[in-house]
Amino acid sequence: MNPLTLNHYLLASGLLFSIGFAGVLLRRNIITIFMCLELMLNAANLSLVAFSRFHIGADGLPNYNAQVLVFFIITVAAAEVAVGLAIIVALYRARQTTHVEDLVSLKF
Amino acid sequence: MSPILFWIFTALMLAFGISVVLNRDPVASALSLVASFLCLSALFVGLDAFFIGVIQILVYAGAVMVLFLFIIMLLDLKAEKRRHFNRLTLVGGGAVAAGFVFELLHVLNSFSMGKNPFPPLGVARLDDVRQVGITLFTQFNLPFQTVGVLVLVASVGVIVLSRRELK
Repeated sequence: MNPLTLNHYLLASGLLFSIGFAGVLLRRNIITIFMCLELMLNAANLSLVAFSRFHIGADGLPNYNAQVLVFFIITVAAAEVAVGLAIIVALYRARQTTHVEDLVSLKF
Repeated sequence: MSPILFWIFTALMLAFGISVVLNRDPVASALSLVASFLCLSALFVGLDAFFIGVIQILVYAGAVMVLFLFIIMLLDLKAEKRRHFNRLTLVGGGAVAAGFVFELLHVLNSFSMGKNPFPPLGVARLDDVRQVGITLFTQFNLPFQTVGVLVLVASVGVIVLSRRELK
């Protein structure tokens, strides 16, 4: 079997991103849309980690700047999930729905 | 990482990702998302990023997914009823996603650096957590503390948002 190249990982990451992207465009349930957003964020993390492993520095170690960026992305994503789900709960209390087609007015 | 493991975990990750999009039941979507993230963390470990793999499982498969399932059960969401189907959305969304994949294949085909295999590590044992810590606390100390403030602001914001009456 051929050895793995950087393109394998970039392709896997891009396919995961496009699955999440298609989900955000196609689904109508706001919670599922939120899960698809998480898929897209993680696809970006996969390509960052692949680049980190690909660039071996002079000391023979991977480039850790990319992994620190992944750490920040995970932290910000966790904060974003907490705030987003709180907004969804507030929205559900006001309108009793999580279907985006029922939520068309900005102010109610 | 052995190529066979890469293909297995990538196929599982993409299959569970598709199942997140296609499932009509939000609980099934959330559990597929957990499975997809577990496969993704296996890929991270295969890329010698052990710390990121562990963080991925702890934060996503642990904390974030519990939050998702908690909210789904709190709101008592049932499986979506089959609604009037919007054909324009389906065609438009599918076309944009397919266009993205096509563009990606085109770019990867002309990206000659990515056709090289991964170089071997220059050290016998990788002290991965230590290296991430050193990078985080020396080069990225200010962003790290800023992220701490961000998490504080987010937790205060969540409490304000989930109070009974928004003023």
